[in-house]
Amino acid sequence: MTDIFVTGKNARPITLAALPECDVDALREGILQRVENGGRLAALFGDACEDGAIMMYAVIADDSEGQLAVGRAKLESASYAALTPDCAQAHWFEREMAEQFGLKPDGHPWLKPIRFQRPLSSDREPAELPQIGVTDFYRVRGEEVHEVAVGPVHAGVIEPGHFRFQCHGENVFHLEISLGYQHRGIERAFVGGPHKLTVHQVETIAGDTTAGHAIAYCQAVEALSAVSPPSRALALRGIALELERLANHVGDLGALSGDVGYLPTASYCGRIRGDFLNMTASLCGSRFGRGLIRPGGVAFDCSESDRAQLVEKLAIAEKDAKNAVELLWAMSSVVARFENTGTVGRAMCEEIGLVGPAARACGIERDVRHDHPAGIYQYAQVPVMTGHHGDVNSRAIVRWLEMQQSIEFVRDRLANLPASPLMASAAQIAADAMTVSMVEAWRGEICHVAITDDRGRFRRYKIVDPSFHNWFGLAVALRGQQISDFPLCNKSFNLSYCGHDL
Amino acid sequence: MQLSIVAHILVAVALPPLLPGIIARTKAAFAGRQGPPVLQLYCDLAKQIRKGTVLSGTTTWVFFAGPVIAVTAGLIASVLVPFGGASAPVSFTGDVVFFTYLFALSRFFVASSALDTGSAFEGMGAAREVSFAALAEPALFLGFLVGMRLTGSFSLSGMLSKPWAGGRFEAGASLVLVLVSWFIVLLAENCRIPVDDPNTHLELTMIHEAMVLDHSGPLFGLVLYGAALKLMVFGALLVRLVLPIAQAGPVLSWVAFCATIIGLAVVIGAIESIIARLRLVRVPMLLVTACLLSAFALILLFR
Repeated sequence: MTDIFVTGKNARPITLAALPECDVDALREGILQRVENGGRLAALFGDACEDGAIMMYAVIADDSEGQLAVGRAKLESASYAALTPDCAQAHWFEREMAEQFGLKPDGHPWLKPIRFQRPLSSDREPAELPQIGVTDFYRVRGEEVHEVAVGPVHAGVIEPGHFRFQCHGENVFHLEISLGYQHRGIERAFVGGPHKLTVHQVETIAGDTTAGHAIAYCQAVEALSAVSPPSRALALRGIALELERLANHVGDLGALSGDVGYLPTASYCGRIRGDFLNMTASLCGSRFGRGLIRPGGVAFDCSESDRAQLVEKLAIAEKDAKNAVELLWAMSSVVARFENTGTVGRAMCEEIGLVGPAARACGIERDVRHDHPAGIYQYAQVPVMTGHHGDVNSRAIVRWLEMQQSIEFVRDRLANLPASPLMASAAQIAADAMTVSMVEAWRGEICHVAITDDRGRFRRYKIVDPSFHNWFGLAVALRGQQISDFPLCNKSFNLSYCGHDL
Repeated sequence: MQLSIVAHILVAVALPPLLPGIIARTKAAFAGRQGPPVLQLYCDLAKQIRKGTVLSGTTTWVFFAGPVIAVTAGLIASVLVPFGGASAPVSFTGDVVFFTYLFALSRFFVASSALDTGSAFEGMGAAREVSFAALAEPALFLGFLVGMRLTGSFSLSGMLSKPWAGGRFEAGASLVLVLVSWFIVLLAENCRIPVDDPNTHLELTMIHEAMVLDHSGPLFGLVLYGAALKLMVFGALLVRLVLPIAQAGPVLSWVAFCATIIGLAVVIGAIESIIARLRLVRVPMLLVTACLLSAFALILLFR
C-alpha cells in the first residue's frame, strides 16, 4: 500500500507537489489507523480549492517517533463519513470544518456550530449571521434534574464563554461548553499573508501565550523560506517561552489556591507572576513579550548587565515561588480540596487527545519540547514532568514541577548565551509548499499549519491552540462532580477562550 | 441600668460594620498586603444607600422582604443577647427559642427573596443555605440546653451571665465543648471559611452570596448590614460564654466586651487565612461535629 501520508519533523517544509491527494475514505482509514497505532490528531482542517472543492488536511503526530504525518484528500461532495464516531479527537475539528466550509460529516453525533462564525469560503456567505450561543443544548430530562446556565458574562474579569450544566442537586450529569464570543477572524486575516500586521496578530491569538504563538508562526515562516535563526536568537526565544510558562504557571497555582479560599499562596503568587512578567519586560519592554520574536530571529538583545540582573531576579523569584507554592501541599485542607476533584482518567485523556499539563497530569509523557523538538530544544532538553491521577492536584503538581525545570532551563540559557547576530536575513517564502510548526506553550501544544499559494503567499493558515483540544477535557472532568467544584476544575485547566475562538 | 441599655443599643447599631473590616485587615496582614481601611464597610453602606436599585421584572414584594426582615430580625435579636451589661435590655424565660427562630424567620425570607428572582444561582444558594442551617440549629439548641442545665435559667441573659458559677467542675469541660461547637455554628451562619468564602466571585461555589446576587443599592446595603449584625450577635453569644463580665464594673465590662469581640474578629480572620474552604459535600460533616460536641457537653452534665 502506498502511503497517503508524508511524514516529517516539526517545522520542516513540505512541497505540495509531493503530498498525494487521496480520496476522503482513504484519508479517513489512514487517520483511524494511525490514531489506533498511537498517533494523535494534531490538526484536521479544510481549505477551499480554486474549483470550489474542499481539500481536507490532516496532521497526525507520532509522539514516540517524533514524526508528523500530513495527509490530504479532495472532497467530491460536501458529505463524507464522519471520523468522530471512531475517533473522538476529531469531534471539534469536524464541527469546525462543517462551520467553516459547509461540510457534512455523516454520522457526527453532535454536529452544531462551534464558534458561530460565517464560512471561511467567501462564496458561501449566509443570508444572516448566526447568533452566538443560540443553539440546542444537550438536555437531561427528569423531574429532579435542573439546568444551570453560566455566562457568557461572568462575575469576575474573565473572558466570555457559556457553560450549560445538567444537574441533579449538587451533582453534575453533564456540562456543555459553548464558545465563539471572542471570534475575531484571525485565520481569515492571514489569507494572502504574511501581511505587515500578521506577526502582531499572531501575538494576540491568545494574549497570555504571546511567545508561544509568535514562535510557532516564526518557525513556520522560517521553514517555508529556508531561514535558520542564529543560535543567540533561539536561546532568547527559549528564555521568553519559559518565562511565559513560569508567569502563567505561578499565576495558575495562586488562582487555584484562591479558589479554595487559601489566601497566603494566592496573594504571594499574584505578586510573583508579576516578577516573571517583569523579567520578560526587561528583555523586550513588554510584560507579555510582544515585539520580541520576529521571523528570522529576535528583535531585542540581552545585554551583559541585563543578563546579570535576570539571573539575580530569577534566583529571588525562585525562592519566593518555592516558599509560596510549597505551602499548598503542606496544608491538608488544600490538598483535601485538590485531590480527587475533576479527575480525567488516562484512557479518556488518550481518547480525546488532551495536550499540555492536563495530559501530563494523567501520566502521559506528551511534550512537544521533548517529542518534536524545534529551535533551542533541539540542543537543550527540558525533562517531561508528569503526574499520576489526572485530578486538580496532579495538574497543580505538574505545574510546579514544570516551573522548577523551566527555571533551571532559563538559568542554563542565561549562563550560556551564544554570541551571534540576532537576525538571519530574510528570504522568499517558498511557493506551493506547506509546513507544520508546533510549540509547547505553557498551556500545551500549539500547532500552526501554513500552506502557500503559487506566489508564496498564505492560501490557508491553520491555528490550533491547545485550548481547542482541552475544552472538551474540562467538560469530561466535570461529569459526576459537584457543581461547586466547577470553578476549581476550570482553573486547573485554565483554557483560553480567544485562543479557541480565533 | 438606663445607661447600660443606651450603651447596648449604641454598640448593637454602630459596632457591627467594624467587624468585617477587622477580619479583612487581619486576612490582608496574613497575605502580606495592607488591606482596605478598617472602616470600609461604613463607607460602603453610605455608598449603597445613595445608589439606585435595579429590579428584575420577575420579582415581587418578597424580594424586598428578605433584606428588610434580615436586618429587623438581627436588631431584635441583638437586644436579647447580653453585651457589656449584666443582662440584655429585653429578657424573658424562653427567649432563646425566640432568638433562634428570629434568625430562622430571617433565613426563610432571604431564601424566599432569592427564589423570587428565578435565577438558577440564587436557587442553588438558597438550597445550600437552608440545608446547612438545618444542621447548625441543633448545635445551637444543645448548647442552650447546656446553659440551662448549668444556670437553671432559660433566658439568654440568665444562662450567659455566669454559666460556670455553679461550681461543678464538669461545667468547664462542657463550656469548652459548647464554645467550640458554637464557634463552628458562627462560622457557618456567617458564611465564613471553611464553610463559605465571602470573598469569592464564583457564583457556583457561593452559599450566602449566591442568594443576594440580584440585590443592589440600598437593598444590598441592608444585606451587608444584616450580615455584620448577625456576626456581632453570634459573636456576643461566644464572648459572653467565656467572659466573666458580671463581676466587673460597668465601664470595664463594656470595654472588655468590645475588646473581646474585636479579638474574635481577629481570630476569624486568622482562621480564614490559614485554612482552605471545605468541599461543599463535607460541610454537613463539620456541622454534625458541632452538634455532637454540644451533645457531649450535655451528656457530661447528666453524669
